[in-house]
Amino acid sequence: MSMIATPVEVHPRPKEGTMMRLQAALPKLVLAPSFAAILVFVYGFILFTIYLSFTRSRLLPVYELAGFDAYQRLWSQPNWWVAITNLGIFGGLYIGVCIALGLFLAILLDQKIRGEGVLRPIYLYPMALSFIVTGTAWKWFLNPGLGLEKTMHDWGYAWFKLDWLVNPDMAIYTVVIAGVWQASGFCMAMFLAGLRGIDGEILKAAQIDGASTIALYRRIVIPMLRPVFLSAFIVLAHMAIKSYDLVIALTGGGPGNATELPSTFMYSYTFTRNQMAVGAASAVIMLMTICAIIVPYLYSELREKNS
Amino acid sequence: MSAVAASSGPAGSSITTKVVIYGLLALFAVFYLLPLFVMVITSFKTLDEIREGNMLALPHNPTVEPWLAAWGSACVGLTCAGIKGYFWNSISMVVPAVAISTLLGALNGYVLTKWRFPGHKWVFGLMLFACFIPFQTVLIPMARILGLIGLADSIPGLVLVHVVYGLGFTTLFFRNYYEAFPNELIRAAQMDGASFFQIFRRILLPSSGPIIVVTVIFQFTNVWNDFLFGASFTSGANAPMTVALNNLVNTSTGVREYNVHMAAAMIAALPTLIVYVLAGRYFVRGLMAGAVKG
Amino acid sequence: MAFLEITGLRKRFGALEILKGIDLTLDRGGFLVLVGPSGCGKSTLLSTIAGLETISEGTISIAGEVVNDRHPSKRDIAMVFQSYALYPNMSVAQNIAFGLEMRGVPKPERDKAVAEVAKMLQIEHLLNRKPGQLSGGQRQRVAMGRALVRNPRVFLFDEPLSNLDAKLRVDMRTEIKRLHQKTGATIVYVTHDQIEAMTLATKIAVLKDGELQQVGTPSEIYNRPANLFVADFMGSPAMNLISAKVVNGGNSKGLSLSRHGGEPIVLPLSGALGVIAGQEGREVILGVRPEAITDPDGADRGATAVEMLNCFVDVVEPAGADTYVVTTLGGKEVVARMRADASIQPGQTTPFAFNLDKAVLFDPSTGQRL
Repeated sequence: MSMIATPVEVHPRPKEGTMMRLQAALPKLVLAPSFAAILVFVYGFILFTIYLSFTRSRLLPVYELAGFDAYQRLWSQPNWWVAITNLGIFGGLYIGVCIALGLFLAILLDQKIRGEGVLRPIYLYPMALSFIVTGTAWKWFLNPGLGLEKTMHDWGYAWFKLDWLVNPDMAIYTVVIAGVWQASGFCMAMFLAGLRGIDGEILKAAQIDGASTIALYRRIVIPMLRPVFLSAFIVLAHMAIKSYDLVIALTGGGPGNATELPSTFMYSYTFTRNQMAVGAASAVIMLMTICAIIVPYLYSELREKNS
Repeated sequence: MSAVAASSGPAGSSITTKVVIYGLLALFAVFYLLPLFVMVITSFKTLDEIREGNMLALPHNPTVEPWLAAWGSACVGLTCAGIKGYFWNSISMVVPAVAISTLLGALNGYVLTKWRFPGHKWVFGLMLFACFIPFQTVLIPMARILGLIGLADSIPGLVLVHVVYGLGFTTLFFRNYYEAFPNELIRAAQMDGASFFQIFRRILLPSSGPIIVVTVIFQFTNVWNDFLFGASFTSGANAPMTVALNNLVNTSTGVREYNVHMAAAMIAALPTLIVYVLAGRYFVRGLMAGAVKG
Repeated sequence: MAFLEITGLRKRFGALEILKGIDLTLDRGGFLVLVGPSGCGKSTLLSTIAGLETISEGTISIAGEVVNDRHPSKRDIAMVFQSYALYPNMSVAQNIAFGLEMRGVPKPERDKAVAEVAKMLQIEHLLNRKPGQLSGGQRQRVAMGRALVRNPRVFLFDEPLSNLDAKLRVDMRTEIKRLHQKTGATIVYVTHDQIEAMTLATKIAVLKDGELQQVGTPSEIYNRPANLFVADFMGSPAMNLISAKVVNGGNSKGLSLSRHGGEPIVLPLSGALGVIAGQEGREVILGVRPEAITDPDGADRGATAVEMLNCFVDVVEPAGADTYVVTTLGGKEVVARMRADASIQPGQTTPFAFNLDKAVLFDPSTGQRL
């Protein structure tokens, strides 16, 4: 109780010889390989990529600096603009719909539902599967000649048309649908955990105050879920920026380049189009975007725990 | 009790409301299950039935041929030996990658909570941030390093990659778990004369069951499902399951055997699906721990 | 030379000094209680003795050996923790034997030692259980067993009873006392509960803000507190500390205490008050324990200086065995401890008997006893 430093600190002094010194250094020695690996493979590599983005590397790295050449080329690629625009559409809808749907499902599930134990895992399982797997199914499902459209036609609804997958204007929305399908259950789980964490007495008090169910959620419950909204936003935003398998499995970036995202852009420019510097530059832009979202969040999270 | 359930009010909600709620919930269950359902039934259909019949209809004459073909004889790229080789590739990548990253994560979490040193927060912060970086920023140098150390296009190379980029998560999991582990127990063990590793092995590890399960499942799912690293650092016969599946599905020569594709996808999905069915609770906990940094 | 000797001990965390030069000694078989409010540094002091915290300055020696730089496990000490710190994955027997196992004691000897300790603590029937299956009191015994089995030179107890409910706490207190008498162990015990300190200790050290306030036997601490802090901290209800002034004017000669709604009352400078005789005009603080202010019939017959004074009764609090009566003197509430059957009503003015043998005086500016 009157302990000032909670951490266990035992530093045997060197007087007891090398063995003791070794003992004292042991924790750091154990941590060191992991930390060194992260320093090199994460931060070292990031620096290397940043360096490359300031060169004219093509198939192989060249180390002669070329200023912002790669960035200029990057931003003059119509393809990159498509990727950025798509990320905006995809990211906005993906985050928005996942949060809305997740919250909605969580509220429904929280109404003393029988069979919650069955429904919850059904909503969540897409998170456990690789999108390369489920993309295979989605692609087939959305294929106009084979999937839902054909099924509807077979059933006699000849007017039904679902050709988004092959329609360059709409293909990005199929990516959104599949993405929402995958992640909204996870959002639901986060919101459900948040709902279960709310103090029941507050809700009873609100009911006694005469709040209707809708008012209760709108005025009391949803405002209290603010931290969950923030967490969900952070997680989804960073997943949206990193989304790669999703597009590869579903559309391969097509039709044409209609569903290009920065992640697929980076990959193809680096590994298939031999534009390594441009690829590196696009990776740096992705990193900066994620940093803008994550760093303030992590900073506040770690700081809160401090106090 | 469920907090908000109280909102249904002491008098309970009306029947109509209940029906609407259950209806909506069922509708969404169908939405989530549909792709899996289509995958499963298609994988048991013949190609003819797929072409003629309804996508949502159950197979008339169920056949396991597509599964056998997917496993043993389907063409991935130019070789036609099925996906079994890739399946084993994935297994031999996942097992060491998960084991090593979990063990290291446990040790890191132990040091970062019970043997703190000045700057431990920074070390942890840097490791935590590594969870979030877009992997595109490390692909180019990683490819070069793997080439330099002779691990390019190999399973050990992928193991290394997955260990390194999984460390942030495993360390986070164990750190948060051990944070709540009483320091007095560590002090007591020190006074009892237990060494650094003895304390870890005899005191902490036996109490770490749940977090080990969470971490192993999380890592297993992540590594098994990875596509980006597999596609970037391996090719041909050394590729993991996901890459092979993608190649199989996109192999454009000959007739598209959708039933075989679906069967192959199911095979690729089964390990994680089984883990999810058996230990879904722990999987969700892992996701949440990764999401809500506590 | 004392068995446990601490000299000039200082502990700093960065710029913050937690222990500001502690000097303490304890003889073999002694029971030293470190007592003080939260944050006074008593637990840190215990941790430095254990070796769980390093020290910034000074020395700690056990049986004549300086142990400053020795690892906790090499100091031949054992500790009972506030949370008991039982290893959750091990059985009671394994918990008790763990320290022996780590020291390489062979299994048969360990089993024998565990059996002996279990018998002494009457926990033989619990040996195969896990800590999670034990009640608070049982955990407490196991924690003590783990310490006892090693037969160490010094036992350290870190608030071992604070997690128990009131009744169990009293039982375990007796148990610890009995154990100490039976084994003759040398014990250092940390608590913030002054009753525990009084009942258990052969020697009490009162700490505040990292400094020793007083070291002495329980009776010295209780009867002759070195300063206002000790006077106020030890004893329950606390000692009455009343501002007073030495006066010498006509028929009012002595120590004057202002009184609620009336003339000040004046105590003659008899008994312990003799030390300030002739220091007219001096401000002092008079310390009188509640049991030294009684109803006239309840006054100590052996006392040499009992003074009767009429006081106004503010509140009466029956407490079963005694009745506490509150009056206001020197601008402060003063508690008197009267017999349960003394017929006293609030609002009445009635004689209070002050036993001046037991009174103590403090200097208001330094807080030290005169």
